[in-house]
Amino acid sequence: MKRWMYFTGFLLMMVTSGLPLFAAAEEGQAQHSEAPKTFDAGKFIMEHVMDSHEWHIMKIGETHIIIPLPVIVYTKEKGLSVFLSSKFHHGNKVFKGYMLAEEGPHEGKIVIANADGTINEEAPLPLDFSITKTVAAMLVSLLLMLLVFLPMAKKYTKNPNRAPSGFQALIEPVIIFVRDDIAIPSIGIHRYEKFMPFLLTGFFFILTNNLMGLIPIPPGGANVTGNIAITALLAVFTFAITTFSTNKNYWKHIFDAPGVPWWLKFPIPLMPFIELLGVFTKPLVLCIRLFANILAGHFIALSFIVMIFIFGQIHWIAGYGSSVVAILFYVFMTMLELLVAFIQAYVFTLLSAIYFGMAKVEDHHS
Amino acid sequence: MGLVSPDYGTIFWMVLAFSVVFFILRKFAWGPVLNMLREREQSIDKALLSASEAREGLSRLQAEHERMMQEAQRERDLLIAEARQIREQLINKAREEAGIENARLLEHARRQIESEKLAAMSEIRQQVATLSVDIAEKILKKELADRSKQETLIKEQLSDLKLN
Repeated sequence: MKRWMYFTGFLLMMVTSGLPLFAAAEEGQAQHSEAPKTFDAGKFIMEHVMDSHEWHIMKIGETHIIIPLPVIVYTKEKGLSVFLSSKFHHGNKVFKGYMLAEEGPHEGKIVIANADGTINEEAPLPLDFSITKTVAAMLVSLLLMLLVFLPMAKKYTKNPNRAPSGFQALIEPVIIFVRDDIAIPSIGIHRYEKFMPFLLTGFFFILTNNLMGLIPIPPGGANVTGNIAITALLAVFTFAITTFSTNKNYWKHIFDAPGVPWWLKFPIPLMPFIELLGVFTKPLVLCIRLFANILAGHFIALSFIVMIFIFGQIHWIAGYGSSVVAILFYVFMTMLELLVAFIQAYVFTLLSAIYFGMAKVEDHHS
Repeated sequence: MGLVSPDYGTIFWMVLAFSVVFFILRKFAWGPVLNMLREREQSIDKALLSASEAREGLSRLQAEHERMMQEAQRERDLLIAEARQIREQLINKAREEAGIENARLLEHARRQIESEKLAAMSEIRQQVATLSVDIAEKILKKELADRSKQETLIKEQLSDLKLN
């Protein structure tokens, strides 16, 4: 009996949670009814996963609820300008000679405007160091990390040799996991300590951003670890640390791999070429794996939401009906993403640790 | 803002913010935390080790105690046995000495008695002789008051002599 009550309650919750989305879909439909264009699912999804100069929360009627973000642009002629993105009025206005391109090849970017309010196609793009949605969400995550780890560290120094308590007890097993199951087996007991700060920062950075990305409302919901710039940079850090901690043997193994027949190295340096390529593909793979996994997660989750909009366009009953199924799938997908958030943080850290471990090659062959 | 083209603005902020957070966390969080974790592990390890050492020491102490107890018991038994032996010896010796003394005393007494007896005997003998002479004298006096009787006696005596 009780179980049935829970079930119906759950269903009701599903339907009602679909309601605002459905309303938004109808809203979108109403807006687009003037134009011949119908609801563009692809555009909707892309808008959510892509970086942008404003943080869109929702739209009620014709009013957008937006968190404006700082725009920092520089051109030689006009110098440095800093202002909030709300000055553009959602791309409708020119401010200080800049405007937000809504369409065209520079969509979503800040471009130099003509006097009549059109995009100046000839002028080069201004240097754009704006705090975009991705940057803002990343800063929030980093701030969150500082807020969590600094008080926690204080707890350690204040009462040492005590059992962990509170939030410390939640984080400590993760730190010990990174140390005992990632760093020590991959790098070795004698050298792992040097790499621990990066591994821990990287692990928690990816994990925090992955988890924040699953929260649908700001400051969550941004696609930080699904942004190629972020993952590429993380991979570059790993690459740089690996390269700076190499020894002579590491390079010897690349250019003159011992135990390999000489004709694979001379006259055509096949093995050195492959090995050298491997040096660069390793971080590249790191970058793409994280990026693609998180991006795909966002894509799939959003696709289920989009289903409501599409069905709602056909008939409002279909919209309500599909919302139950869509939200069920969405919940399932979010559960899966929760797992993926941990797995990707783990995989990135583990592979980084393995690369750090490989940077110092012991000379087995002499 | 392409999906797969990295944005330099994002890269700029990421490098800046990530590096700052990395150095802050390295100095103020990871360093102390990892050190404390290691210290705590070491202290737990040490505590466990010292506990097992203490347990070992205790058992060693107990064994020592047991051994000492046993030794003490043996010592006591030995002492008691020795004391008993000494007592026996003492008693035996005393008894022996007493026997010898006794014998000596007895001998002494016997000898004294013997000599006393001898003295007494000689005295008695002397007394008896004196008395017999006296008596004989008296008898003779009385007997020989009468002349006939004197002659009879002489005759008797003489006859006796002849017999001899």
